[in-house]
Amino acid sequence: MNWAVLGPLVGLLVIIFFIGIWSSRRMNDSSSFLSDYYLGNRQLGGLVLAMTMTATYGSSSSFLGGPGAAYDIGLGWVLLAMTQVVTGYFVLLVLGKKFAIVTRKMKSVTLIDFLKDRYQSTTVVLLSAISVVIFLFSAMAAQWIGGAHLIESLTDLSYTGALFIFAVAVLIYVVIGGFRAVAVTDAMQGIIMFVGTLILLVAVVIAGGGVQNIFNDLVSENPNLVTPFGNDGNLSAAYVSSFWILVGVGVIGLPQVAVRAMSYSNSRSMHRALVIGTIVVGLIMLNMHLIGVFARPVLPGIEVADQVIPLIALETLPPWVAGIVLAAPMAAIMSTVDSLLLLVSSAVVKDIYINYIKPDATYKHVKKVSIGFTAIIGIIVFVMSVNPPELLIYLNLFAFGGLEAAFIWPVVFGLYWKYANKHGAIASMVVGIGSYVGIHFYNTANGALFGVHTVTLPVLFSLITFVGVSLLFKREPFYFSMYQAK
Amino acid sequence: MERPDQDWRFNIANRDALIGCGLAVFNFIWWYGFAYGLGSKPPEEYTYIFGFPAWFFWSCIVGVFIIIFLVMIVTKFFLKEVPFDEDEEGNPS
Repeated sequence: MNWAVLGPLVGLLVIIFFIGIWSSRRMNDSSSFLSDYYLGNRQLGGLVLAMTMTATYGSSSSFLGGPGAAYDIGLGWVLLAMTQVVTGYFVLLVLGKKFAIVTRKMKSVTLIDFLKDRYQSTTVVLLSAISVVIFLFSAMAAQWIGGAHLIESLTDLSYTGALFIFAVAVLIYVVIGGFRAVAVTDAMQGIIMFVGTLILLVAVVIAGGGVQNIFNDLVSENPNLVTPFGNDGNLSAAYVSSFWILVGVGVIGLPQVAVRAMSYSNSRSMHRALVIGTIVVGLIMLNMHLIGVFARPVLPGIEVADQVIPLIALETLPPWVAGIVLAAPMAAIMSTVDSLLLLVSSAVVKDIYINYIKPDATYKHVKKVSIGFTAIIGIIVFVMSVNPPELLIYLNLFAFGGLEAAFIWPVVFGLYWKYANKHGAIASMVVGIGSYVGIHFYNTANGALFGVHTVTLPVLFSLITFVGVSLLFKREPFYFSMYQAK
Repeated sequence: MERPDQDWRFNIANRDALIGCGLAVFNFIWWYGFAYGLGSKPPEEYTYIFGFPAWFFWSCIVGVFIIIFLVMIVTKFFLKEVPFDEDEEGNPS
């Protein structure tokens, strides 16, 4: 066992554990438990807001899978990854102030809460809650599996042992600390990712003998590696551009991202988060994926994509620095998992249990149920990840694209179009998810339809459905300023 | 009668959203234009800047810094602060 590498990882776990305790202490003197546990009482400042958005979003795919793909495909994959820079400012500018004002007025604590008050429809709530639980549960399990594999590869632990350590670490601080603990640990993990990728990039450039040298090596191996079209020349401009929807602007439809757009304390925090978020997401994505490409001449012949980052870090850095750098993907996985766990719990507790089963619950009861359900959901994910069922892995394939196709228009039109109504919202969610699943199967069998990513057409279909169906029914304008009358 | 949604803060929020879309469109054009404008020729004809192929240097590296710079400018000069809570000055009267 390599203790110099493990030291920083263990240090990370100890620190986040204390953040959990600190956050749970802070909660004792709050007036609304739900708003505090699931939204940190809307008190986030600029730095924490920017970091938690970036960290929630940047998961194991951006820290292990992404650089691994860049290693195989070349600069074309870095170009593709750069479509994510837009998330740094787009989410906060578009949802931004209106979402913050409106959700305060309506006292919404979750994204689904907002949809419930905006569309006044039980069907919308149940449909959203069920899709959140199913899709994000499977997405979460996939991340746990990634986290356990990473620990497994760095230590001598078995897969189950690694999974256990990962699960206990995440569960403790999320269950007792709630959203505030998630956001603050995200901020810390975001800083680790930022600094870790920067160190590793410099180390890889030095190991490769400078940028010019690295590119000479790449060109002499395969010139396609330095073009935008991928190692085999098959990465088309249309396909790469369609990632602007999947991982760029479409991200505003993801509940775990949208909920953060109602969590900040004032507009000054939001403005600071815009700048910090754009810098952080831009540089992390650029550096991380460049590392993947640069690793190729330095350490040729890596077969498993997820191993590129761990191997290149161990190769180019002294062990204890490698430990700090490898805490970055671990931090990325944890900061995604913690947000998903809390979100699934909020869908079950707030959106279903409190809304429909026990609306008159007392403060104490709400607290017991929230903490209890978060723990139970976490334990179920752990049990399922020990020996992941086929269905789970399968559902994860639809998770992000499916949720984007379902939620993007109900959220955007709900905020900005007064004639948006529940009929449009329901139809657009059904069409969004349905066509996503359908096109996914078509694309798997026949190659990408029109050469674009699966998410593109469903987002278009759900847009048309939303507008069409909303207009079919009686046009009754909805005004947020009249809301309290109801 | 005035429009019921006369809350002055919503006008500022709508403007923010339009600025966001504008930035995204510019971001896309810059990213796409340099990547496929300079990158579509055969790799032997590429020029290099600081060791990077020119298409990548302009599209991805300069692109990130341009966007960061624009977001700073927009935040400093175009975005307005508004109160979020009803009971403070936010109430339209």
